[in-house]
Amino acid sequence: MSAILSLAWKSLLNRKGSVILTIVAVALSVALFLGVEKARTGAREGFGNTISGTDLIVGAPTGTVNLLLYSVFRMGNATAEVSWPTYQKIAARPDIAWAVPISLGDSHRGFRVLGTENTYFDYYKYGRNQSLELAEGHRLDDLFDAVIGADVARELGYGIGSPLVLSHGLGKANLGSGHENRPFRVTGVLAPTGTPVDRTVHVSLEAITAIHVGWETGAKNPLSDTITEEMIRGFDLTPKTVTALFVGLKKKGTILTTRRAINTNKGEPLMAIIPSAALAELWSVTAFAERALMAVSVFVIAVGLVSILTSILSSLNERRREMSILRAVGARPGHVFSLLVLEAGLVGFFGALAGILVIHAVLAVAGPVIEARYGVSLAGTGPGLTDLYTLVAVTLAALLIGMVPAWTAFRRSLADGLSVKL
Amino acid sequence: MTVPAIEIEGLRFAWGKHAPVLDIPSFHLARGERLFLRGPSGSGKSTLLGIIAGVLGASAGSVRVLGEDMTALSGAARDRMRADHLGVIFQMFNLVPYLSVTGNVTLPLKFSAIRRRAVGSDPEAEAGRLLARLGLTDPALLARRVSDLSVGQQQRVAAARALIGAPEIVIADEPTSAVDADARDRFIELLSEETARTGAALLFVSHDVSLARLFDRAVDLAEINRAGVSA
Repeated sequence: MSAILSLAWKSLLNRKGSVILTIVAVALSVALFLGVEKARTGAREGFGNTISGTDLIVGAPTGTVNLLLYSVFRMGNATAEVSWPTYQKIAARPDIAWAVPISLGDSHRGFRVLGTENTYFDYYKYGRNQSLELAEGHRLDDLFDAVIGADVARELGYGIGSPLVLSHGLGKANLGSGHENRPFRVTGVLAPTGTPVDRTVHVSLEAITAIHVGWETGAKNPLSDTITEEMIRGFDLTPKTVTALFVGLKKKGTILTTRRAINTNKGEPLMAIIPSAALAELWSVTAFAERALMAVSVFVIAVGLVSILTSILSSLNERRREMSILRAVGARPGHVFSLLVLEAGLVGFFGALAGILVIHAVLAVAGPVIEARYGVSLAGTGPGLTDLYTLVAVTLAALLIGMVPAWTAFRRSLADGLSVKL
Repeated sequence: MTVPAIEIEGLRFAWGKHAPVLDIPSFHLARGERLFLRGPSGSGKSTLLGIIAGVLGASAGSVRVLGEDMTALSGAARDRMRADHLGVIFQMFNLVPYLSVTGNVTLPLKFSAIRRRAVGSDPEAEAGRLLARLGLTDPALLARRVSDLSVGQQQRVAAARALIGAPEIVIADEPTSAVDADARDRFIELLSEETARTGAALLFVSHDVSLARLFDRAVDLAEINRAGVSA
């Protein structure tokens, strides 16, 4: 067999030009497949890493996915809120270690604004229980302090001391309908996390109340501009409602009973969700698109394999003479068969290998950029088992597909005998 | 008395249900004999050579190669007989294009342990010696791609390949038809010398009767084949 392998190798070298083109086709298809696969794995991990350390998220009754989307991903809107007394009641439960209220609804130049307390920076965790770190500055000390995420700072070019004005609702800086009479000042910038936190402006709950003084009807009262900052600082700024609560338990074991207790709360109806379960549910929504993408890249590999078939089949006629020479010097039809199967296998192997090298070269160069820009970490996608499986699978598939031309040559070599009429 | 190299009795061969192309009551080739077989194209000589080489199976009769009845052997066993005991030279396009000159000459050794043993520990040196005897000594020439060699040179490389490992029978199927007259006589001379040295029987097939004088014995295929295929 090693004699046939060396023949196959020399035969491929002899047809370098077309063989390299075929290898490139296979390499590109494998690189695309692995690229999709790694982006998918990275996205899924990044997605699952968005929130950790929080045992329950509590909000007004809505869909599980909806509550997760607006409280964690800052997507969509809450249809109802949680009243402040209810928050206090839940925070006081004996089985609860901490509860952090959050309040959403305003924005700054397209970035969501999150009203919360400083404990948020202690308890909100992402990835493998990583805490939020301040890249510079400090937390929310004054009423009109703002701590911004890394993307907000980078995209808007903000640093410590930058002034910013919130807009009511989610539109982009539509002046006149905003809170421009209550400017904030950036006092802290968070380090990048690869989560929606990067795209969030954090202010205190009291600030949210303060900027809405004069908005009690849902629209801005023209008289609100006559209320000065000093007057506002004198008000009781305790919020009437918050959007949701992040909750940590004293003992993880009580998660289901605590959840049931909150869900069946007497008085104000509430809903508690377990973040990891909700994340899994949300991911399953995207699984369809993910599978479609996967299917497409598998077909691309199939196209790459077909190009091996084409190149060998098209060379078969001009190699008919070669086959009869091999037969004349003692090669059995089985040798002719394995020669062509091995050629296909070698092309598949080197094509897949080249594809793996290409995708890792691309990831090495583009990975850090992608991570910084989109928060999709591709760090965990170094050479691994997926690559090995792909290499083995593509090589086996190439060997299998090589049996088609090999079978043709096998039958011909039986029929042709020693002499081929050319 | 040793067994003849080739001994055919009552051989009949037909493609499918067509009329037989071969019907040879008797044909033999002694060990070490140099036989000229005259066979114009269409006389069934390719079929006959295919049967002797074990690539084709006979319809009836016996074809003994070195005493082995090829008609009684399996396809794989016939392949092994050919690999071990036969050297074949074709009319043209004898060489595998992606192998070097030496690689082409040593190719049969990859398929036959017997011929590998006969050559000894250094097949490349043996290939070089055979090529040198056939007049191919220029190292630059041996380094060229086989497709860049002249037809005469290619035929000598093919002869070296047929002779390596000292097979008992060398079959040459019109090996000189694409070579000019001088080179042709010289080629046959060299081939005869080398088969004489290794003791191989030579079955030389050609339509050109004028070559018959260079051999021990001459046979006309049309005379021994009763199937009477039109020329």
